[in-house]
Amino acid sequence: MEKRISNKSQEIQNLNKKDVESPNHADANKKDKIVERRQTAREADKPDTTLDKFFIEVALVTLFTLRFFKEVFRPRFEVNETLKQSFLMGYASLPLVAITGFIIGLVLTIQTRPTLAGLGAESWLPAMVAVSIIREIGPVITALIFAGKVGSGIGAELASMNVTQQIDAMKVSGTNPFKFLVVTRILAATLMLPLLVIFADMVGLLGSFVGCNLEGNVSTQLFFVQIIESLDFEDLVPAVIKTFFFGFAVGLVGCYKGYNSDKGTEGVGQAANSAVVFASLMVFVIDMIAVQITSMLQS
Amino acid sequence: MVTPEITNQNKSDALKEGSVVIEMKHVRKSFGKNYVLRDINLVIHKGESVVILGKSGTGKSVLIKCIVGLNDIDDGTLIILGQDISELKRDARNELRKKIGFLFQSGALYDSMTVRGNLEFPLKRQAKRPSQTEMDHLIQEALSQVGLSAAENQTPSELSGGMRKRLGLARTLILKPEIMLYDEPTTGLDPITSKEISKLILKVQKNYDTTSIIITHDIECARLTANRIIVIQHGACAAEGSYTELLNSKNAWVRSFFE
Ligand SMILES: Nc1ncnc2c1ncn2[C@@H]1O[C@H](COP(=O)(O)OP(=O)(O)OP(=O)(O)O)[C@@H](O)[C@H]1O
Ligand SMILES: [Mg+2]
Repeated sequence: MEKRISNKSQEIQNLNKKDVESPNHADANKKDKIVERRQTAREADKPDTTLDKFFIEVALVTLFTLRFFKEVFRPRFEVNETLKQSFLMGYASLPLVAITGFIIGLVLTIQTRPTLAGLGAESWLPAMVAVSIIREIGPVITALIFAGKVGSGIGAELASMNVTQQIDAMKVSGTNPFKFLVVTRILAATLMLPLLVIFADMVGLLGSFVGCNLEGNVSTQLFFVQIIESLDFEDLVPAVIKTFFFGFAVGLVGCYKGYNSDKGTEGVGQAANSAVVFASLMVFVIDMIAVQITSMLQS
Repeated sequence: MVTPEITNQNKSDALKEGSVVIEMKHVRKSFGKNYVLRDINLVIHKGESVVILGKSGTGKSVLIKCIVGLNDIDDGTLIILGQDISELKRDARNELRKKIGFLFQSGALYDSMTVRGNLEFPLKRQAKRPSQTEMDHLIQEALSQVGLSAAENQTPSELSGGMRKRLGLARTLILKPEIMLYDEPTTGLDPITSKEISKLILKVQKNYDTTSIIITHDIECARLTANRIIVIQHGACAAEGSYTELLNSKNAWVRSFFE
């Protein structure tokens, strides 16, 4: 066995030598065959199953993430660009988040009322709704909207910069495009989503307040006193912390898909599309993990 | 198969006295099973202006992308400004890259920025960022060199094809490169604008004292700009010489480029 291997490596070395030594262009064809043989040997370990591809993708995303952490702490820091991206992301999603938040607060209240009334616990209505909005629905719905709006936007933008060689142009001019495009966007997404979630929670509670007052009459003061009493510190902190991870995931997936898109016009659409799909999936996965961790810590 | 013919080795001797700027030895580059560059050997001297001809898809763009570092070579030696690329660390490579200007085939303009923004971008990212007045001065200079001063506040999408090429050129020039690589600078332009761009290339060559490699399918552009022409076929240099030499080449295939 060992002999065979050493024979082979000898052979390859010989091939190498021959390659380098042959000075004539007419040898090009012969050389191609040699190169081809070497190439086939390399191709033996190329991916062919979807499972292989999946693991390769996971490995690539991991490398991408590691690169982010490596570059984010190294100067130079693109502060202006990060702020600009944060502003654009927040600004882009604000109206959508406001409308959705309000409607969800309203609908949730209207739909929960009969159940609670049947149990004779109608006075719990504000507390019930507030807890579900702040703990779960606010963060998740906002993150999904963010994935749809911002994740796809990042994916499409970076992919089209890739197609039109703008990323190459940055490399050539001595700019690190990973730092300028990727790091800034991931940071901006990580910082902006928590703010948007807090905003969505507040608008959601407002919707709930309106819902409470459609039937019956709850004073503002009573409504908010009830909510504050029903919320623990332990409700708020995990709910806020997980939104940072949601934002990070949306930014990361959007950047990864866009930055590594296929060159070509379809590449842009594909990047945008798969960015939304994977970012949404990541939001749910992170949410599940967060719930597990929180309940473990609380018990 | 064309036998390699080296028709001219003495003509640009005056230039060859100068130092070697780019040297490629047995350079190879493939994408999977697509062997694009098979055995590239060339030497380019300071102040030369070399035109590369070849059929579409022979790897001309890949060749200059290897020089600027957008593609890594698989095999062989690539020496730029006396430094062997394979021995350089990432930072040193970046430094070297700044001395090379690259005009993209498609322009590769930053379409989210204005004309001015496109020019400011590379300046602002220098290690030593120039002051605002310096920057203004550099931008005005670059814009007037390429004749785009009036379009400072437009966005690239509002420019015509020829103006986009000029802007691409201005953006590259603003970093004062020692080596300029042009990827089909005149493609898609009318003959008159093509000629203007060719003259611009000559002007840049003179004013900025650069060494240039120009890829083109435009024989008029080659005639105007070249000290030396290299023809590439099957991933290797197949013929080399001055414009008139190749025009009168014994080889019919080489002559076919000039018809
Ligand atoms: N990044 C890449 N990945 C895979 N293949 C590539 C890549 N870049 C170039 N190629 C292949 O290399 C070959 C040469 O491409 P290149 O763009 O250098 O041609 P060209 O000589 O510049 O042609 P044209 O005159 O049309 O611009 C083509 O077959 C192309 O498919
Ligand atoms: Mg090309």
